[in-house]
Amino acid sequence: MVTLPEPVERLLETALVGELTVVSASGRPITYPLIPLYDGRHIYLTSSTLFSRKLEHINANPRVSLSITDPVATGRSDRATIQGDARVIDEDPHGGWERLLPIWERKEPSIVYFLKQRVALPLFFERALIEITPRRVLYWADGSAAASPTVTSLESEAA
Amino acid sequence: MRTTPEIDARTGLEKLTTYPFQVLTWVDPNGYPVSVAVEAEIDPATGHASFAAPAGLDVPTDRDVSLTGSHIHPQPGYGYDERRHVTVWGHAATEGLGRLRLTAEQAWGWDESEVPFFEYSERSSGQSRKYFDALSRERGTPVRPKLSLGWLTLRTTRLPFLTATIVPVVLGILIAVTHGAFDLLTALLTVIGASFVQLAINVSNDVFDTAQGADDANVTPTKFSGGSRVIQYGLVTFRQMATLAFGFFAAAAVIGLVLLVLRGSQALLVIGVVGFVVGLGYTAPPLKLVYRGLGEIAVAVGFGPLMLLGAYVVQTRGALAWEPFVASIPIALLIALVLYVNEIPDRRGDARAGKRTLPVRFSQEAIVGGYRLATLVAYGVLMIGVVTGLLPIPALLMLLTVPLALQVERGLRPNYDNPYGLMAVMNVNIRLHLFAGLLLVVAYVLVLAAHAVAPGLPLFIGR
Repeated sequence: MVTLPEPVERLLETALVGELTVVSASGRPITYPLIPLYDGRHIYLTSSTLFSRKLEHINANPRVSLSITDPVATGRSDRATIQGDARVIDEDPHGGWERLLPIWERKEPSIVYFLKQRVALPLFFERALIEITPRRVLYWADGSAAASPTVTSLESEAA
Repeated sequence: MRTTPEIDARTGLEKLTTYPFQVLTWVDPNGYPVSVAVEAEIDPATGHASFAAPAGLDVPTDRDVSLTGSHIHPQPGYGYDERRHVTVWGHAATEGLGRLRLTAEQAWGWDESEVPFFEYSERSSGQSRKYFDALSRERGTPVRPKLSLGWLTLRTTRLPFLTATIVPVVLGILIAVTHGAFDLLTALLTVIGASFVQLAINVSNDVFDTAQGADDANVTPTKFSGGSRVIQYGLVTFRQMATLAFGFFAAAAVIGLVLLVLRGSQALLVIGVVGFVVGLGYTAPPLKLVYRGLGEIAVAVGFGPLMLLGAYVVQTRGALAWEPFVASIPIALLIALVLYVNEIPDRRGDARAGKRTLPVRFSQEAIVGGYRLATLVAYGVLMIGVVTGLLPIPALLMLLTVPLALQVERGLRPNYDNPYGLMAVMNVNIRLHLFAGLLLVVAYVLVLAAHAVAPGLPLFIGR
């Protein structure tokens, strides 16, 4: 089982938004702001099928990173980038993602209300899960890139 | 249809300057992306962004790197708003003094203050279809988005809009009752049959608007406008919708024939045939009334005199009178105004699809003025009807809805170019028609009560 450094776990638990970066077929990094959800083992993000290009990129190349950089969204000054392997889970786009609803609701309480109104925006709630297995973590304790990050490799633990 | 807001590199840099920091991202030699927060000095005029090289990390200069700005405004206990993000790609080069310089080449982003979330979602519905198509191919079986049967029925048929039918039909029946004609079975059949007519029109409207590209061209639908969109979202197939429309038309025709057999009259036959032609021809070729700027007239005739007189003549076995006709005019105008206002947010998509509705044809000033004029005529006809003794005095209760009409008129101008702001106005406008109709129904209930309790009470001027 992968164990993230404790401050990085705290960042994941508090961050309202993180930047998921995927790699396109041409090798270009493409970054999407998303709500990171952490269950103590994997990092999850969800993507509506409306905005599913990122899922196509992940299916073609699972190497991704998730950065937590926004002090407004976290209320903290430290920052981290987690590199990992992503897997798209879309067996049931209609309801499969709802197993993460309790974690999502803690960050965005209104999501439960909006879900009850899914008739108004049905495609928004057809969603795939992105499950990230962390491989390497870069952590900036004071948030500044002027200092080298603390790098934690999780490969051996993951294996 | 554009699904992702591509922007030019210079605009991307200009947007990046509004963020307190940027996220520098590249792909490392192991193939994983790396992101670092930097504070870049950005010069959109030269197309460059300069920043301190992050310590301990090698930023490549032989391939694309990106700078991303992202903003979100947390609303504690609720969620967030003010969402926007932008990414600028380019190559980085060493600038000296431990700094790097990115030369911007391409940019992409979204700002919900420029493209509202609902519009952004609508523009992206093609991407969702593409994703489900790929899933279907991969699994060898159709995979589609879903809604529960209840929600799907509600959305597909636009059931809540049935008030447009029920109000005039009940009013027509009530007027017939005050004239001494009432038959429960045919009254119920009239309500059911007329409801099927409207459901058929609602569904066939989506079928023909899809076939003619109007619904696909509309990227700013609201819950009151732009159709049900169940075909566009892949919730129901085009064929299923066409079958459903046919089923509703067939059910309406069967009930119409039963009514003809039970209460047959030449007047009912004419009303039925005209109703069918207007209903189907509303969007269907060759008439395509709504595409020719005749939608409001078609709706006014169909959901005003035809519905109300149709219900009346079923009860009276074909006897016609001026009273139900005059009573139908305000209802006809107010339901036409529902369509008229609902067409405002659709006008750009309608114009692209060649749907020449009144808001497509005329200026904002003319449309707002037209609304004022039509409501004045609706209330004017009501008062003239009462003064001339054609309508009962209690019908003046409908004047209680004047504040709603004023509220709509005042709301049109400031929200004319804001489809989502216009939703509240559309909602009030629908309530205006509903409440006006219900107050007329109440008026005739009072007439009936007065007949029963105090038969001599004069409720019509001059009678």
